[in-house]
Amino acid sequence: MAQHGIKEHSHGAGVPIQTRNERPRSTSIEDFAEVSKLQEIWRYLPIDKLKGLTQSVIGELADSHVTLNLASGVTANWVDTTAAQVGKAGLPEDRIAAIAWTNASKTLVIDVPKDLEQSQPSFVVIKPQSDQAMASHVLINVGTHAHATIVLDHAGLGVLGENVEIVLGDESTLNFVTIQDWDKGSTHVSTQFAKLGRNSNLRHTVVSLGGDLVRVTPAVELSSPGAEVNMYGVYLADSGNYFEHRPYVDHVAENCKSNVAYKGALQGVGAHTVWVGDVLIRETAVGTDSYELNRNLLLTAGARADSVPNLEIETGKIEGAGHASASGRFDDEQLFYLQARGLSETDAKKLVVRGFLSEIIQKIEIEEIEQRLIAAIELELERVGV
Amino acid sequence: MSKLEIKNLHVSVNTDQGPKQILRGVDLTISSGETHAVMGPNGSGKSTLAYSVAGHPKYEITDGEILLDGENVLEMSVDERARAGLFLAMQYPVEVPGVSVSNFLRTAKTAISGEAPALREWVGDLKTAMKNLRMDSDFTERNVNEGFSGGEKKRHEILQLELLKPKIAILDETDSGLDVDALKIVSEGVNRAKANTDLGVLLITHYTRILRYIQPDFVHVFVAGKVAEQGGPELAERLEAEGYDRYLKASA
Repeated sequence: MAQHGIKEHSHGAGVPIQTRNERPRSTSIEDFAEVSKLQEIWRYLPIDKLKGLTQSVIGELADSHVTLNLASGVTANWVDTTAAQVGKAGLPEDRIAAIAWTNASKTLVIDVPKDLEQSQPSFVVIKPQSDQAMASHVLINVGTHAHATIVLDHAGLGVLGENVEIVLGDESTLNFVTIQDWDKGSTHVSTQFAKLGRNSNLRHTVVSLGGDLVRVTPAVELSSPGAEVNMYGVYLADSGNYFEHRPYVDHVAENCKSNVAYKGALQGVGAHTVWVGDVLIRETAVGTDSYELNRNLLLTAGARADSVPNLEIETGKIEGAGHASASGRFDDEQLFYLQARGLSETDAKKLVVRGFLSEIIQKIEIEEIEQRLIAAIELELERVGV
Repeated sequence: MSKLEIKNLHVSVNTDQGPKQILRGVDLTISSGETHAVMGPNGSGKSTLAYSVAGHPKYEITDGEILLDGENVLEMSVDERARAGLFLAMQYPVEVPGVSVSNFLRTAKTAISGEAPALREWVGDLKTAMKNLRMDSDFTERNVNEGFSGGEKKRHEILQLELLKPKIAILDETDSGLDVDALKIVSEGVNRAKANTDLGVLLITHYTRILRYIQPDFVHVFVAGKVAEQGGPELAERLEAEGYDRYLKASA
């Protein structure tokens, strides 16, 4: 791991980090303090639900836990995590990611060769079916001028510490979806890094449907000119679910675009979601166009949604930068309007929730995933009997 | 043949300063095929009447009753009232983000008739109704009321009226904010519904302009939460000439 031991600078415990780019990056566990609610990055997290993911030595995801259904031309193979191609997209910024990095001796590499234009989606399904803590590492490489759609689907029972790297070559396009549809008793901390080549385009969608604790932190580095990222998220949390999403866009190069939009529906006592959206526009990132949004719909009393948009701008020479965040209950006037057209209260609520999330669901553009989401919404609303 | 009876209706609304009485004993009976215009100055309780009949939770019925063909409307939920045959064309229809007009209309039609409409027939009816209201066919792909102009919102309300075929319709200031061309189109829609389904109409308006296009059988003047005067179409003409001043002076 020595080659990854780049440590920009460290902070003593208790010194708050003011700006996003000051966070230390390292693959070494000992470079990070123990997980504590005193640190901003863990402040919302129910630490007791992390299970074994905070221990320095944990198990490792194996080939037998992964089912591949790849589109023609897309390939997969396992390499040593010490291989030179690993770690190009980014390095851990926290202890749990460093633990996962260190304990995953093998990395699953999904390759989309250059110039391949594949409209069929490729599926990577991860099902540990174990309550033992495991580490995993996935690397997705999209070659120059290639176009692909890749779904990383997490299901069943699992306690997983995961690092996902996404590297887009120049002028390439990737539609990437990560689904967290875990059974009860599961914990998942997924640190995702994407590095975009010149004029490349990434659509990154997070779908969280199940799990006791799900934390997804996708960080996208826009360090080549003309790159564009659209980061979407859709989540349905009910009693017993804690979902945390922290998208981060790092605008380094000029003329890049980013758009972040996450929408969630929550219900039931104890359902808790956290969204922290960070956008950093560095001094070099002239001509940046950026927007981030988070909306939460609380279907019942007793659910809680935290939503924090953070925007740091170090240059005035940008096209635009905006953010929006709102969390609220059902709109009574909407329900009245629909009921006045004959819809029962339950049907009216279903229509409103589907409508609320549809803006994001439509962006996925993978038929089977859209259908699965619509079915999940129906089930969710039947469960609570709203 | 249907009949909506409103008897001695008293309605209050909760405000920060406590409950405020708005309707103070309204009596009205509307039968199939009849058009009743309810006119009155701002704040006289016209819209409260409309929302109380439709069942908006904000309004509390403190006395009186509402019957539709002898059934107690006040015991019905909002959707039950709609399925029983009452329709309210809203003054300010709300946006429903992410729900297309086409999905919304078909869901509403299914709810009202208790079964999904036969697809071919439905598509034909929708197309005809939209053509009659001079609406573009791509209108159905838009989200309900999202980004609609004032005229589009009102035409969309009348489109629902024509497709859902209620027994009694309440039009809450459907004429407000419309230019004369849009007003004619919307009025034609109401007149078609009357001709096709023998609809009974309660037309709430501040101005007499719409009455040139929708001929009322009865005119009721609302002042301070009750009917101050009623008569035939000639009463509307008198209001056109004199305004509401004489009622306001009387009630002051």
